[in-house]
Amino acid sequence: RPTIDRELLESLPNLKVVGNSGVGVDHLDLKMISNFGVKVTNTPRAVADPTADIGMALMLASARRLLEGCQIAVSPDTKYFAVDWLGVEVTRATLGIIGMGSIGYKVAQRARAFDMRILYHNRNRRRKEEEEAVGAHYCEKMEDLLQQSDFVMLVVNLTPETHKLIGKKELGLMKPTATLINISRGAVVDQDALVEALQNKVIRAAALDVTYPEPLPRDHPLLKLNNVIITPHIGTATVQALRMMAEEAIANILAVLNGQPIPSEVL
Amino acid sequence: MGGGELPGLLVNEIGGVRGILHGHVAFLKKHFYLITMKEFLENRKHLSKKVQAIYLWWHKPIIDQELLQSLPNLKVIANSGVGMDHLDLKLVASFGVKMANAPRAVSSSTADTGMALLLASARRLVEGYHIAMSSGAERQEADFLGVEVTGATLGIIGMGSIGYKIALRAKAFEMNILYHNRTRRKEHEERAVGATYCEKIDHLLQQADFVMVVVSLTPQTHKLIGKRELELMKPTATLINISRGAVVDQEALVTALQTGVIRAAALDVTSPEPLPRDHALLKLKNVIITPHLGIKTDKATYLITEEAVENILAALNGLPMPSEVLPS
Repeated sequence: RPTIDRELLESLPNLKVVGNSGVGVDHLDLKMISNFGVKVTNTPRAVADPTADIGMALMLASARRLLEGCQIAVSPDTKYFAVDWLGVEVTRATLGIIGMGSIGYKVAQRARAFDMRILYHNRNRRRKEEEEAVGAHYCEKMEDLLQQSDFVMLVVNLTPETHKLIGKKELGLMKPTATLINISRGAVVDQDALVEALQNKVIRAAALDVTYPEPLPRDHPLLKLNNVIITPHIGTATVQALRMMAEEAIANILAVLNGQPIPSEVL
Repeated sequence: MGGGELPGLLVNEIGGVRGILHGHVAFLKKHFYLITMKEFLENRKHLSKKVQAIYLWWHKPIIDQELLQSLPNLKVIANSGVGMDHLDLKLVASFGVKMANAPRAVSSSTADTGMALLLASARRLVEGYHIAMSSGAERQEADFLGVEVTGATLGIIGMGSIGYKIALRAKAFEMNILYHNRTRRKEHEERAVGATYCEKIDHLLQQADFVMVVVSLTPQTHKLIGKRELELMKPTATLINISRGAVVDQEALVTALQTGVIRAAALDVTSPEPLPRDHALLKLKNVIITPHLGIKTDKATYLITEEAVENILAALNGLPMPSEVLPS
């Protein structure tokens, strides 16, 4: 917001830059904006840490059944805490990161401290030193990552190539004990296929900070499943992150207006 | 004891919501003749001499004078977990019975629980979940903000093996780590996690954005965190308790949360568990309570049983026990 359409661009003859707050620009028609000679910038630095943190928060909450547990703890019907009520272990489990950009890499850094075995799939392979620093193993084939992971985390940009990247086939390749975590964009996942996979226990659970659309219609089947956590796109919803995004956007805008090198232009 | 007979292991019950997990039974039966409390009470005369060990599962069966007196051949009690505050260590020792806990199996899972609660509270996951999942909810995006974890200051009270594992995890989030402990850790251990020792708990409380309580419950740590300690904390700070409910003065905590003395709390443990359904803590919006998740994973619970069996077999064979607990 505001929505950048042709009408708006035509009515602003001196517009030089659209400074986006956040890193995803899938909501912008980059070609059209470029045709007006307007630059686009984003804020990759400000979003990376809080988004990686949310990825870890969702993985832990799902694995340890934190939200179900909270409901049990406060429910008026609760008389005791059952001891056969168990979650799955995070420490030493296998995490498969799909999309190893700066956010994905920060997820790997955090997961390593939980002694997790880290696999990753990316358009380009990272340098050896970068892989070794987090103990990450490259999976050229996404299928290999899906088959071996206990947790699959999606950290890609939304592009025509990643649209519905995770569909019925990919979900079928995952372990039945595995958890899917999406902190990228809702459209990266085929939601209908996900509903089916969760209903039929093809995978154990899912945790989604992003959906398509946001919010989901109130009668959407994803909202009725008890093995799904959904959060309202809070990847960067911290006091500090909002301020940092504003600072980064302003720095980018000023750089454009002053003809200086632009920290994070999107081409 | 007949030749070739397995030693008798007394357990409270098998299965159900409180008993030994069904998945562990086959493993236990490989080494022991399993006797439940119900069987024991129905057949005391025959079974009392057979019991050489007790496996305490979630603090049961209750070990009192009467039980100890009725088990003449009892040699060892193994606890499923690391906390021993439910046992009268001196009483047990006076019967010549050894005790063991299971520290190795619990530390990683409990550290994970601590981090899960810290992140969930900081990022307001439970509130967010309700907004996203409930019917007809308005999306109040603009005012729904949490607080940053990366780069924040974490104060760990109790730097035993669980506390140290929390430090290892928190370091990866670039957190600034302070700790308070009865004894200071070795320099290389501090350096490995970038932890700064706070000899006075006050200094930790004043500087931390997140205070994580990871101590054993002892007479010294009972109500360790009370009105004074809560008031020393920042108004933007979060208290996380994964130790025992009684380490925190719950009434003082309710007041502190109601009046904004601290930002929020996340409690995996309370006193009692569960809390009475009308308890004030259940009504506060800035509290998360979880049902003693601690070690409740498939892997951790199995490792606990394995560790207990290891200790029991060592004791029965007169060998050093991996994790013997002595009355201090």
